[in-house]
Amino acid sequence: MNSLSLAQVLQPGMEQSESQVKKTVLKLEHVNIHYGSFQAVKDASFDIYEKHVTAFIGPSGCGKSTVLRSINRMNDMIRGSWIDGKILFNGHDLYDEQVDPVLIRRRIGMVFQKPNPFPKSIYENIAWGARINGFKGDYDELVEQSLRQAALWEEVKDKLKQNALRLSGGQQQRLCIARTIAVQPEVILMDEPASALDPIATGRIEELILELKNNYTIVIVTHNMGQASRVSDHTAFFMVDDKRTGYLQEYAETEQLFLNPQHRKTEEYISGKFG
Amino acid sequence: MNYMNQTNGQPAFGHAADVSSLMEKRRRSGLVWHIVFVFSIALAVLFLILLVFSIIDSVFGYAVLVNDVEPGALVAGKDSVSSFNRAELENVARTRLSAGILRRVEYDKPIAERSDKDMVSLIEEYVVKPKVLKTWGFWGSLTERKSIETYIAENEGSYATFRSWLTPAFIMADQSADPLRAGIRTALLGSLWIILITFVFAFPIGVGAAIYLQEYAVDNRLNRMLQLNIFNLSAVPSIIYGLLGLAVFVRFMEPVTSGSLFMGTVDNTANGRTILSGGMTLGLLVLPIIIINTQEALKAVPDTLRMSAYGVGATKWQTIWYQVLPVSVDRILTGTILALSRALGETAPLVVIGASTFISVDPSGIFSKFTTLPIQIYQWSARPQGAYRNIAAAAIVSLLILLLLMNSAAIYTRDKITKKKRLEA
Repeated sequence: MNSLSLAQVLQPGMEQSESQVKKTVLKLEHVNIHYGSFQAVKDASFDIYEKHVTAFIGPSGCGKSTVLRSINRMNDMIRGSWIDGKILFNGHDLYDEQVDPVLIRRRIGMVFQKPNPFPKSIYENIAWGARINGFKGDYDELVEQSLRQAALWEEVKDKLKQNALRLSGGQQQRLCIARTIAVQPEVILMDEPASALDPIATGRIEELILELKNNYTIVIVTHNMGQASRVSDHTAFFMVDDKRTGYLQEYAETEQLFLNPQHRKTEEYISGKFG
Repeated sequence: MNYMNQTNGQPAFGHAADVSSLMEKRRRSGLVWHIVFVFSIALAVLFLILLVFSIIDSVFGYAVLVNDVEPGALVAGKDSVSSFNRAELENVARTRLSAGILRRVEYDKPIAERSDKDMVSLIEEYVVKPKVLKTWGFWGSLTERKSIETYIAENEGSYATFRSWLTPAFIMADQSADPLRAGIRTALLGSLWIILITFVFAFPIGVGAAIYLQEYAVDNRLNRMLQLNIFNLSAVPSIIYGLLGLAVFVRFMEPVTSGSLFMGTVDNTANGRTILSGGMTLGLLVLPIIIINTQEALKAVPDTLRMSAYGVGATKWQTIWYQVLPVSVDRILTGTILALSRALGETAPLVVIGASTFISVDPSGIFSKFTTLPIQIYQWSARPQGAYRNIAAAAIVSLLILLLLMNSAAIYTRDKITKKKRLEA
């Protein structure tokens, strides 16, 4: 039984009132992802809600990053990868033949595990994405707004011409978030965005995520259970079967999943028995 | 319990004495290898020094000359043409030059209008006519004074001058049958023209092919075969490319490479053996090298950069043009310059396609006949007379200087690009 419907059964009143404000942005339907003859993910179906933070957790090799990358068709870059099933973005199938992945990636931005700013100035890091996408507005304004939203403006406003690679790791990662915001996405995908950072920088990123969810739908892959419980509203727990294929074990509201897991595997994982 | 520290009652890493004797052994074997490596580099340096010395040795040294007519016989009491005054120069020219030469000289530029320097070289060339009897290298000039003196005594009228064979005049002069007057201007211009054509032909195609193979090509059997063959092509002996160039550019594409297609009949006798053919042949030769070097440069760009560009909605071409190429351009340029340096030193393929070996007309464009520095060097070093060996050495030094200049220009450009990148980026 799907754990979401289980939650509805258990707490019908609360779920109903919440579902009125919850709007589904992304809907995954029986998604299977393959790399050549190897099946990386099987039969994943769940919804991602607007202006919520959804966390993907699970042991290494469970396919959580693969699912994340399939949402903005970044997996297209990997040779031999193919997908079946549907991923609906506001009701439109992302893998429809008429859909241009380049456009998808502007609407569904991505922040990577290792901070990877362009080897250009801070200003240019923000402006470049907008420029290649044909942004017509005021670039100075755009840069300032994006940096402000990423809580980086105060630190870099006097050195916008400086090379972005001179910033600290945490600043670089916030710059990457600002760069993603600058092209006005609806969804921001984050692939373990804090795993290469120290605890203080990690804390800042987490604060930022909570701030950003007022305007954006966020999906975050994390290895850090605490992080998932601190920042996310929903959590998807992925497991891996004996053929090394990942599958969705449990999907629920974060509080629900951490306090009252429905599966023994989920419980074992979140309590640190394996992973 | 103590299994890490004990084996059969012995300390796992042996007693103190064993430890120090083993350490001694390990240190010794390390030292042996250290010595081997130092020896290798010393040997390499030694050979390099020998090479440089043997070239330099031939460039400077004593030459024993003998004059057809002594300057003293032209103007009494003066033993060199350059000490003649104006009246003496004009007088000697008018009386001593043969009628035919005099007419031609007057026709080119009247004697009255010629400078003193011009007159001196005119008289030396047609009247004094110094001839090289024998030359000594730099080392020989220092150590064999006795035999030089004996040689001068044996040959009546001969005299020795210490000279550098590499002079500005040597670089500016054209080809001549007289080693004292021969120069490399024609060959130098030929080399520069050829390198230009090679670059124009091979750089865009090579970089384009590399971008395709590295960024666009999918990993299938066809592309793997292409890649393998490019590696093989880079190892094909250059003379094979010469044969290919002869068949394709000189013979088959003769109307194009001789220029007759564009300009009607061409008044030279090149018949397709032109700078265009030579440049394209060398272009083919360096193409695989440029492709491989460029691919390596693109491979060195981390994938995370491409991913971050795609992540903000860049197309493939925008990613390549704005992100990948700017960070790899310095490596691409370095690789290209190395490839062009190789082309600059090639002789065999150009000889095969029929480069001229004796030519005194400067190349005027891509449809000209040509010779290049390596061909000139090859041709001079095959001559039996000693003085040709000296001018061959001087030409080698010129070629080396040209290569060094090209490489430094490349490094300068690369550093400038990198610095610019670091500043603004």
